[in-house]
Amino acid sequence: MAQKILVDARGSFCPGPLMELISQLKMAEIGDELEILSSDKGSAADIPQWINKVGHEMLGTEEAGGVWHIRVKKLK
Amino acid sequence: MSSSKLRIVVVSGMRERLQMAAMTASVGAVSGDDVMVFLSMNALPYFVRGASQDAPAEGPVGKFLGQKSVPPFRQLFEQAVELGGARIHPCSMAMDLLKLEPAALEAWVGEPLGLTKFLDDCRDGQVWSF
Repeated sequence: MAQKILVDARGSFCPGPLMELISQLKMAEIGDELEILSSDKGSAADIPQWINKVGHEMLGTEEAGGVWHIRVKKLK
Repeated sequence: MSSSKLRIVVVSGMRERLQMAAMTASVGAVSGDDVMVFLSMNALPYFVRGASQDAPAEGPVGKFLGQKSVPPFRQLFEQAVELGGARIHPCSMAMDLLKLEPAALEAWVGEPLGLTKFLDDCRDGQVWSF
């Protein structure tokens, strides 16, 4: 059964949030959904770019109070 | 996914250059690029096992790097290897000058490489130097 995994990378600067997401993705199962929290504006733009490049599914991104919530589904 | 062959030469012992080299290596590697890093000159001492000294900053951004929650360059190079399959090699000439054996370096640093072999491997790839 697919899991929902929260990755809290608030306070970390680029490329820290991306690296934390990738570390968790490596351990996740195909179909799992990960939501990363990042307060780094550069990472908020960079992470969706990476997700699209490597072929996972971008589920959405929202900003609230200076924190970006980026959701991704592991596809491979 | 398109991939590139990235070859990264790191010779500086300054914080900003080491950080940028590590960022390029790690993000390139986890994005599917074929990444090889060649460590030489003043960069190499920072990769001796257990080295903890801070690289000096060249300017104000380098000082910020040490104060904010920016992933340290050594951690990023290690992640480039572990998460992205990058290969990191020390320059054999610098190893000789510093009287270092391969076992003295971090476990994620590979065997020493000569410049001839490295240059041969650079063929058809992008070469970045820091």
